[in-house]
Amino acid sequence: MSKKWKYKDIDKWGPGRHEPGGTIPESGTAEDYKTGGWRTERPVRDQEKCNDCMICFFACPDSAIRVENGKLVDIDLGHCKGCGICAQVCPRDAIKMEDETRARKEEEKV
Amino acid sequence: MSRKAMTGNGAIAIALKQVEPDVMSAYPITPQTEIAQNYAQFVADGAVKTEYIAVESEHSAMSAAIGSAAAGARTITATSSQGFALMWEMLFIAASLRLPITMPVITRALSGPINIHCDHSDSMGGRDCGWVQLYGEDAQEGYDNAIQAFRIAEHMDVRLPVMTMIDGFIISGAIGPLDVLEDEQVKQFVGPYKAIHPLLDVDNPVTVGAFDSLGGWYFEHKVTQNMAMAKAMDVIGGVGREYGQLTGREYSHFKTHHIEDAEIVLVAIGSAAGNVKTMVDKLRDHDVKVGMMKVRTFRPFPAAQIAAALSGAKIIGVMDRSDSFGALGGPLFMEIRSAMFELGARPQIYNFIYGLGGRDIFPDDIEGAVRLLEKAAAGEKITQKRYYLNVREVSLDGQA
Repeated sequence: MSKKWKYKDIDKWGPGRHEPGGTIPESGTAEDYKTGGWRTERPVRDQEKCNDCMICFFACPDSAIRVENGKLVDIDLGHCKGCGICAQVCPRDAIKMEDETRARKEEEKV
Repeated sequence: MSRKAMTGNGAIAIALKQVEPDVMSAYPITPQTEIAQNYAQFVADGAVKTEYIAVESEHSAMSAAIGSAAAGARTITATSSQGFALMWEMLFIAASLRLPITMPVITRALSGPINIHCDHSDSMGGRDCGWVQLYGEDAQEGYDNAIQAFRIAEHMDVRLPVMTMIDGFIISGAIGPLDVLEDEQVKQFVGPYKAIHPLLDVDNPVTVGAFDSLGGWYFEHKVTQNMAMAKAMDVIGGVGREYGQLTGREYSHFKTHHIEDAEIVLVAIGSAAGNVKTMVDKLRDHDVKVGMMKVRTFRPFPAAQIAAALSGAKIIGVMDRSDSFGALGGPLFMEIRSAMFELGARPQIYNFIYGLGGRDIFPDDIEGAVRLLEKAAAGEKITQKRYYLNVREVSLDGQA
């Protein structure tokens, strides 16, 4: 089978064209599959309070806390499902859960 | 080739040993136990290099087999009855991931009431799980089918799991003659295993069993499974012919006996086919125009070939070793009847259910069925389609 196959080519799938058993000849494809739409609440980080302790990074069940060079960069809202664990474990109360619908409406205004 | 006296289970264990797959994950269950036990012994004795995974249940046996096959190993397991039922959800996953696992199934009744004896409720219940199904009559066919299963499952046009059935106790535990190939002949016939996208190929990482729901391709996957089944039909025939060249025992989807001029044809599957054949020969001596068909391939179901072979019959009696509660008849009956619908002139078709929970079927029972079919052949109007052979309190005319 072709190693050039990419998950992003999924629209070209179909009987006789996709891999037997639906095997995706690529790994880590969950990154391309956005699941953040399930969320009813979103985490909002207060950068002033956050000291990059990484407790939320380890606690997040969806690996949605983005870290670069030992610093917490942002929260991957494409995969965060709004479970609120990060807000719960944060020792500095730096993450607040806000209503998703309201947050989206405010985004639209901007 | 050498001839041995073997139980059905012993025969299958030898077949598996000769193939020497990479991994066996199995849990013992009556009447399959001897296969798991013998194979574990081969491993313990160093007679095979197979990795034997002793699991805690059949759900785990099939789960481990799926993981192993996805990793890229030639993988087997074996089961019966409740074990088969416990594997249920994983059977579908093995098939939909297109993993060429092979599995002897030693057919046994399903509880309840609790019963350990033979019938086909287990394997027939799993007829729609996406596995190729081959039924054998005796230890020799169990051995032969277990070997051919690897070639069918692993064929690049197929890549589907294959289960091969023999009847619990009647065949699995009874000693019969067995022609055994040389180990080298079997290894050569089966050939080396080629995995597609093995998980252990860490340089080419893949995703197996991904989520595929809303807006996904689940439906298309199911269609491709059916396409593979259609291809399996030809592959089973081709492998059966090649096996015939090697052994002198050619296999196809079914076998017929005295069918050419038969007015009445009995169709059977599993060990009872031998009894039916004996009765056909006896009745032929008394000028009864009766013949028989023994079905081997049940999935994919060779409907067109069977319909063509049975097209000359006036009356057909289909013998089922399992029932389908509330349905028109047993599973084999429904397949045969549906296959015959395409014919311009359709024969009358009756269903005889027998042997549930290991109930014996005697020559008199088979003769009784033929005698009833003779009445239909003579033009007597018979409305009842389903009969139970050798069951207490219900006679052949259906009256309780």
